[in-house]
Amino acid sequence: MLYFAWLKAKTGVGEEDVAPPAEVATVGQLVAFLKTRSPGHAAAFEVMSTVRVAVNQDYGNLDTPVKAGDEVAFFPPVTGG
Amino acid sequence: MAVRVQREDFDPGAELERFSSGKTSVGGICLFVGLVRDYAGHDPASGAAVNAMTLEHYPGMTERQLEAIEAEARQRWPLDDTLVIHRFGRLEPGERIVLVAASSAHRDAAFEACRFLMDWLKTKAPFWKVEHTPEGDAWVEAKQSDDAAASRWDKGTP
Repeated sequence: MLYFAWLKAKTGVGEEDVAPPAEVATVGQLVAFLKTRSPGHAAAFEVMSTVRVAVNQDYGNLDTPVKAGDEVAFFPPVTGG
Repeated sequence: MAVRVQREDFDPGAELERFSSGKTSVGGICLFVGLVRDYAGHDPASGAAVNAMTLEHYPGMTERQLEAIEAEARQRWPLDDTLVIHRFGRLEPGERIVLVAASSAHRDAAFEACRFLMDWLKTKAPFWKVEHTPEGDAWVEAKQSDDAAASRWDKGTP
């Protein structure tokens, strides 16, 4: 798991390995699991419309499949340039 | 076709020289350089003063997305070459953040591709700005105007 910008601040971690239950098969299910890790995680994922996700460095959404070993990143809408 | 994501500054003159040298079939190069403003938001009268900003990015995905944006531009226009340089780290007002360039046999493709590269970069490349103001630090929020600018390049939109 990777967190960027204010999601890193809210979760309190930039990077962590997690072992979700076997039934977690999508980003949406992963988010539900991550919210149970700490109050900071719950706060970070409170308003999902402000959160973007990438799975293995490609943009995804709540329905994108995830499996063990994937690199999943959460971050706000981008503001470069 | 090249992408560089770096902390250090770049020299637009030297980049232009390198980008244009030896290209006898190129009719035009369009090169855009983005700078750090000293106020937040759109309006200098109402925006908070910005002393500096820090750009965070997602190493690996940033390069991957920028390369995909370049590849898309080259599919859409008959380009000779493209270049994208984007900085990260702490930057002060007046400093250069980003450079995009496109070269083509004819100017229309160069102008359009340059604008496309910037519009897509602003909505797809994983960078985030935090502004350092006298009132404290604030993450910059994504602008709807940037989404609108990018969406006019959607396929099927006139």
